Amino acid sequence: MLHIVVCIKQVPDSAQIRVHPVTNTIMRQGVPAIINPYDLYALEEALRIKDKFGGFVTVITMGPPQAENALRKALSFGADDAILVTDRAFAGADTLATSFALASAIRQIEKNMPVDMIFCGKQTIDGDTAQVGPGIAKRLNLELLTYISSITSVSAGKKEIVVQRRSEGGVQVLKTRLPCLVTMLEGSNEMRFATMPNMIRAARTTVKRWDRIAAGIEDVTKIGLKGSPTVVSKVFAPSPKTVKAEIVQTESNEPQDLVGSLLMRMFTKFPHVREELEKSATV
Amino acid sequence: MEKFDAIVVGAGPSGNAAAYTLAKAGLSVIQIERGEYPGSKNVQGAILYSDALERIIPEFRDEAPLERHIIEQRMWVLDDDSYIGTHYRSDAFNQVPYNRYTILRTQFDKWFSEKVSQAGAMVICETTVTDLIMDGQRVVGVRTDRENGDVFADIVILADGVNSLLAKKAGFHPELNPGDVALAVKEILFLPQETLESRFNVKEGEGVVIEMIGKITQGLMGTGFLYTNNESLTIGVGCMLSDFKEARIPPYLMLEMMKNHPAIKPLIEGGEMKEYTAHLIPEGGLKAMPQVYGDGWMIVGDSGMFVNAVHREGSNLAMTTGRLAAETVLELKQAGKDMSKSNLAAYRTRLDDSFVMKDLSKYKDMPGIFHANPQFFTTYPELVNNAAKTMLTVDGVDKKSKEREILKSFTSSRSLLGLMGDAYKMWRALR
Repeated sequence: MLHIVVCIKQVPDSAQIRVHPVTNTIMRQGVPAIINPYDLYALEEALRIKDKFGGFVTVITMGPPQAENALRKALSFGADDAILVTDRAFAGADTLATSFALASAIRQIEKNMPVDMIFCGKQTIDGDTAQVGPGIAKRLNLELLTYISSITSVSAGKKEIVVQRRSEGGVQVLKTRLPCLVTMLEGSNEMRFATMPNMIRAARTTVKRWDRIAAGIEDVTKIGLKGSPTVVSKVFAPSPKTVKAEIVQTESNEPQDLVGSLLMRMFTKFPHVREELEKSATV
Repeated sequence: MEKFDAIVVGAGPSGNAAAYTLAKAGLSVIQIERGEYPGSKNVQGAILYSDALERIIPEFRDEAPLERHIIEQRMWVLDDDSYIGTHYRSDAFNQVPYNRYTILRTQFDKWFSEKVSQAGAMVICETTVTDLIMDGQRVVGVRTDRENGDVFADIVILADGVNSLLAKKAGFHPELNPGDVALAVKEILFLPQETLESRFNVKEGEGVVIEMIGKITQGLMGTGFLYTNNESLTIGVGCMLSDFKEARIPPYLMLEMMKNHPAIKPLIEGGEMKEYTAHLIPEGGLKAMPQVYGDGWMIVGDSGMFVNAVHREGSNLAMTTGRLAAETVLELKQAGKDMSKSNLAAYRTRLDDSFVMKDLSKYKDMPGIFHANPQFFTTYPELVNNAAKTMLTVDGVDKKSKEREILKSFTSSRSLLGLMGDAYKMWRALR
């Protein structure tokens, strides 16, 4: 039986985030918290592997107590176990400290049941760093497969996995041995609609809460603010764009006229573009 | 098969009040909500009346996200470019415990739902109840849109809102009549706290409510409102759906015109729109009320038309009906009685004994009268505004002549008989 650990994060729904017009800070009040959308692809992929080959899916997150809601949601989709790593000592963690804490917690999970695969989303929508997944893989000395668009096959017996990885200008087909860590790309699957029995089971399950000690962390200088070299020096809202779109009139709707008029307008507005284009054309 | 003591359909104020009361008493409760999270589909002005909530959660003042307590109420009757009205402001409203608050429903509903979960109810979101499961005439559970989605219970409380698809499908409730529902639209406009407080002459935590009637509704039966929140204003307007349909005025346009009224524009100046919402309000009153209980089921809140349109009260009736329904269930459970129609008649008795039915009976004729007499929304606002203008313009005309002019303006727009008839109708309806 495959044991898959899925790392998720509860994030504010960025589609509904507002910036305070006076202080320019993010207004979190009233903004619904959701599971990081990229993590849902990871979770669904893990659940599909479980459906196909049999297995056990553990979801884990590090966060404040209310992150329990995200785990409960993951349980409703069909995850078997959920662990909330929460401790005041984790507050203010950057990606370095977060991956340290999660890696340590996963080592604790492994004491009960060896882990074959770890799934993460490619990145979070609030941090956008894509660093935590790779950070965990490095610390646990696992094969790392990032930006995976689909899992071609998994062999529990041979302990092998074949995946497709999106790369610049193409798709790589990679095979590696388990255990490994996979970060899933968006659009790779579609999250299932939970069944009613799973919704009820999720509502009744007690989410395990692990503090620093339970997560196997003794060195407090590696976690939270102390373990985070990243410094946020300034947060600001980008100034609104003042340039307005303009409508270019054309003689006809023929493609060459459209392109011609557009180019002429562009050349009058940005003369250097013409110079550069002409230069490159003569070379 | 999952069997609970009670199923509550919907996580609005009525559903939350019912689920909370039942769960707190130790019953096994499942609450099923269609929206992504509790509150995601809920819209209100929003004024919170303390009393209804206090009877359910006495400690709410210390916990709930509240905006400002109301110390001043303005009632405006508007003409095209003027208003005449009353302002009532009292320092008595500054004494704790406060009577009314402005709230932002997204935040308030989140809190209320957390209380429901903490009380022990199971809150299931993103799940639509598609049907009631019947055993003969008796409701024994609900079917949801999820796989293996049947859930069973002794009692099903329908708190699924104004457009209760479930009650309609089950035949408890006829299709809504456009003349019995209002369509309200509102915006939340951000305004820095200091600007807001100086503009409305209030201190931190204090709030103002403006209720409006008159030309702003373009001759349609309805009202407008402006509420102060901590760092935002809520402005909205609502009219009967049938009137919107007939007049073919888009609601957003009506709100836009209202925002440009010379009396309103300076109050909202610089406000940055943060939220735009619309919702139906059941305003048919007592005469449009469906049967609210039967074998194994009860209806609470908006789905039962429990709204006092005259006094702009709805959420307090919702919470109260939710609580009364729950108390009925608790009483029957305790007595070892089943949830039959005859036993659940106790719910109707509780309703009748409360302010809910007393108020709805008092105003049962109001919707009809306003509907048949649009002059209350057009002619009268114009007449009283003109009267004020005539009296307050100092132009060498003597006051006696001015009075005659005003009287003439009234009798020529509405005959003397018409005026007396209107007065009589209002007196009868409000009596």
